[in-house]
Amino acid sequence: MTPFLTVVVLILGVVALIQLIRVFELTSVLKGKASELPSFSETKFQARMMIPLLIGMFAFFTWCYFRYKDHLLPEAASEHGGSLDTLLNFNFLIIIVVFAITHVVLFWFAYKYHARPGQKATFFAHSNKLELIWTTVPALFLAVIIVYGLKEWNTIMDKAPKDSLTIELYSKQFDWTARYAGADSTLGSANYNLISGTNPLGVITEATIMEKLAELKKKDSVLVDKLATVPQDGEIAEDIKDEIARLARHKSRVMVFKDMQASKDFTAADDDMVMKGEFHLPKGTTVGFQFRSQDVIHSAYMPHFRAQMNTVPGMLTKFVFKPIYTTEEMRKKTGNPDFNYLLLCNKICGTAHYNMQMTIVVDEPEDYARWEAEQKAFDGSVVGETATTVSGEQTQLAVKAN
Amino acid sequence: MASESHEHHHEETFVSKYIFSQDHKMISKQFLITGMVMAVIGMVMSSFFRLQLGWQGESFAILNWFLGDKWAPDGILDPGMYLALVTIHGTIMVFFLLTGGLSGTFANLLIPLQLGARDMASGFINMLSYWFFLISSVIMIASVFVEAGPASGGWTIYPPLSALPQAIGGSGLGMTLWLVSMALFIVMGLLGGLNYIVTVVNLRTKGMTMTRMPLSIWALFVTAILGVLSFPVLLSAALLLIFDRSFGTSFYLSDIHIGGEALEYSGGSPILFQHLFWFLGHPEVYIVLLPALGITSEVISTNARKPIFGYRAMIGSILAIAFLSFIVWGHHMFMTGMNPFLGSVFTFTTLLIAIPSAVKAFNYITTLWKGNLRFTPAMMFSIAMVSTFISGGVTGIILADSALDINLHDTYFVVAHFHIVMGLSAVLAMFAGVYHWFPKLYGKMMNRKMGYAHFWLTFVCAYGVFFPQHFLGLAGVPRRYYTNSEFPLFDEFIGLNEMVSVFAIIGALAQFIFIFNFFYSVFRGPKSSQNPWKSNTLEWTTPVEHIHGNWPGPLPTVYRWPYDYSKPGKEEDFVPQTVPLEEGEEDGGGGH
Repeated sequence: MTPFLTVVVLILGVVALIQLIRVFELTSVLKGKASELPSFSETKFQARMMIPLLIGMFAFFTWCYFRYKDHLLPEAASEHGGSLDTLLNFNFLIIIVVFAITHVVLFWFAYKYHARPGQKATFFAHSNKLELIWTTVPALFLAVIIVYGLKEWNTIMDKAPKDSLTIELYSKQFDWTARYAGADSTLGSANYNLISGTNPLGVITEATIMEKLAELKKKDSVLVDKLATVPQDGEIAEDIKDEIARLARHKSRVMVFKDMQASKDFTAADDDMVMKGEFHLPKGTTVGFQFRSQDVIHSAYMPHFRAQMNTVPGMLTKFVFKPIYTTEEMRKKTGNPDFNYLLLCNKICGTAHYNMQMTIVVDEPEDYARWEAEQKAFDGSVVGETATTVSGEQTQLAVKAN
Repeated sequence: MASESHEHHHEETFVSKYIFSQDHKMISKQFLITGMVMAVIGMVMSSFFRLQLGWQGESFAILNWFLGDKWAPDGILDPGMYLALVTIHGTIMVFFLLTGGLSGTFANLLIPLQLGARDMASGFINMLSYWFFLISSVIMIASVFVEAGPASGGWTIYPPLSALPQAIGGSGLGMTLWLVSMALFIVMGLLGGLNYIVTVVNLRTKGMTMTRMPLSIWALFVTAILGVLSFPVLLSAALLLIFDRSFGTSFYLSDIHIGGEALEYSGGSPILFQHLFWFLGHPEVYIVLLPALGITSEVISTNARKPIFGYRAMIGSILAIAFLSFIVWGHHMFMTGMNPFLGSVFTFTTLLIAIPSAVKAFNYITTLWKGNLRFTPAMMFSIAMVSTFISGGVTGIILADSALDINLHDTYFVVAHFHIVMGLSAVLAMFAGVYHWFPKLYGKMMNRKMGYAHFWLTFVCAYGVFFPQHFLGLAGVPRRYYTNSEFPLFDEFIGLNEMVSVFAIIGALAQFIFIFNFFYSVFRGPKSSQNPWKSNTLEWTTPVEHIHGNWPGPLPTVYRWPYDYSKPGKEEDFVPQTVPLEEGEEDGGGGH
């Protein structure tokens, strides 16, 4: 009933409005005021409104700035972050000045030069000199902005130094997993064909290859048994045969790695450490991240460190930074005892895109070393949720599976 | 010329006049109305997701009323439908309103009329372009009602998300329909664009040299060239995506494990899609912006009673923007993991585009200087356009810097930037165009008081919605997030989101003033005179009542450029292009 009444009221309202306008127009005609061009008083009014508009706009923008400036990101927590923030402020200074000057001039002109009866505009159609000025001056500013910006970019995008810590962040709908390289500083190879319940990252080791082949074989035998029980020329039989063929193709892809073992060493993953929920970084050590994705494009966004990089299925992407403040230090800086560094997903990836996060903890080097020593090596084990207190203690639920 | 004697006295049926018209003026109105309908749908969608963003997790009966129990159970927006609304909103606004609606309306209306042509080069192809537009629009709207939901990967539809129905429901039939709709849309763009280019090159009337064309035509002409060069690349991106989705190819897909199984795609790269998409995607935003800039030139000079300042520089900057727009697409891809050197190149070229854009902004402002400004609603919108073009443009300078993009990419800073340049600048210019050329479209005048009311509400609410979002972006709030409530870090911004949503809803409601004014004036507005704005350009020399072939007699001859407003030595403050030069009078803007 209510929607119906709402529609009726709306229609009546519109009809009333139409009648009002017709009355207004007729009275305008009677008063001799109807004209196609704005009257002098209309023009004057709109012109006068330009000044409150300008003031209101600047006031609102300034209010926003003061209201929110302390709610932006805290001081950058990475080595490159500080100079990046300086670059940002430099750019903002330029654009705010440009914005302010152009807007004052724009609205002032609009206010001042409104039409007056008997007045004629000044026929000023071009000036090569002016065009030259406002081509070269912006070009000069932009040249500085370009050089400065590219210098920063080159620094940030430099390869990870030899002594950096290597960490992989693995993304999938809808969580992150961190994998550390361990004592050999080498992340083990991985491939999506080896993903299984016990090996969610598809890490390649002798054990995982055997495990995956065993899993595929088991699935195959289940299907073969099932095939025997259904009508041989029906649709269900066709589906089962397709599935068996698909598993066979999967098996041959895994066999590629089995055969590779003759020439390639797949032991690098044995000391890798895998974890969810939270990962730790040592203050003052450069971290070389590599990113992989299981299903769609995600993005590893670590705003406190001024770091971001898309994770792309089929591709390895990288980002390097050095954390310079521990979580404790940042808690003191921000005055927020519950502060935590965060990893968020920042590329639309599906329905739970808005809740794909992982906590990052930055420790003093000694605390980090202690934490690292407590992490279990991969050796084919599955890792569950980790529960960590900031002081570095950690309990880890590890479920060994075969 | 065959078009000289165009006195057709064929009987027009309702169908041939209003439905399958080949007359550019009718087609222009068809594009306008269809664009407006799509805009309202897109705007209502944004109101829905702004309800969710402003009051996160709260229940709104109206959501359930529109979206039903599946997509808004208990009045709370479903997260999957949130992404779907965001996707379709973006698609509708960028393509259907600001490309089809904006170019389709004004290119069709102005190109033949301002050039002194009887009609477009091919009326038939023109009619086809509209019908492809309409069918494409219908399919896009139909895709919203699909059971698993419409396309939900953002208007940018990156694979693998958009390729795999297992990744999100909308990537099933919804995405298929999206692709079909866009393929037809691209056909529309190509048919229309080719027509516009041929007409500008071939059908200018006597005396209408290229440098006597109004800037609106220059803008629409260059826009059409951008379109025919870049839309085919989107078509190829879409075709390859269709192949990956339906025919087992691996152009964009490799190494994917989803839904518990290892998929068999191998060797493809999602980055390929992004290159192909943005190769169109960047010129696309200039396809949106250039007509807006052209309209602004016309409206400002006519209402300032002054020539547009720097006519040749304006042409040069249109050409520079168009050329540069083809070599900046990678600035959408700084964070994809592509070679950082590429990032440097794109930073460089993107920052270069700021130069011709700045020239245009300064030229508009100088046109106002010592003018005799008439504040019609169209003029108000044009001045507002200059303001938002500058505001949105300067944040572009920040985003163009790859190093700064690291922390700002895919945050609300980007959302603020592109909405201010497109959702404000281009839309404001489109409003200006409608108010300004309404007498030419419909032979009636729109109500001025309602125009002012619409302007003030729109402009204030528009900045109210988008300016605060810069702060969200600087604080690291990602875009396309259903809610921020999972991050205590973002609790600070609950109030800001609420404020933005309030402005958004008031702004959306304000548009109904315009819609009411528009339709009321079409049917019951006061009849307009032939040249109500006292403008110089040729469209105002045609009769108020539309006739096929535009001019009842021979085509007009042009003797001067379109910007002789307040020319010294002239009695009136305007001199139409059809007025011959006097003894010793020079054409153009005078000495250097």
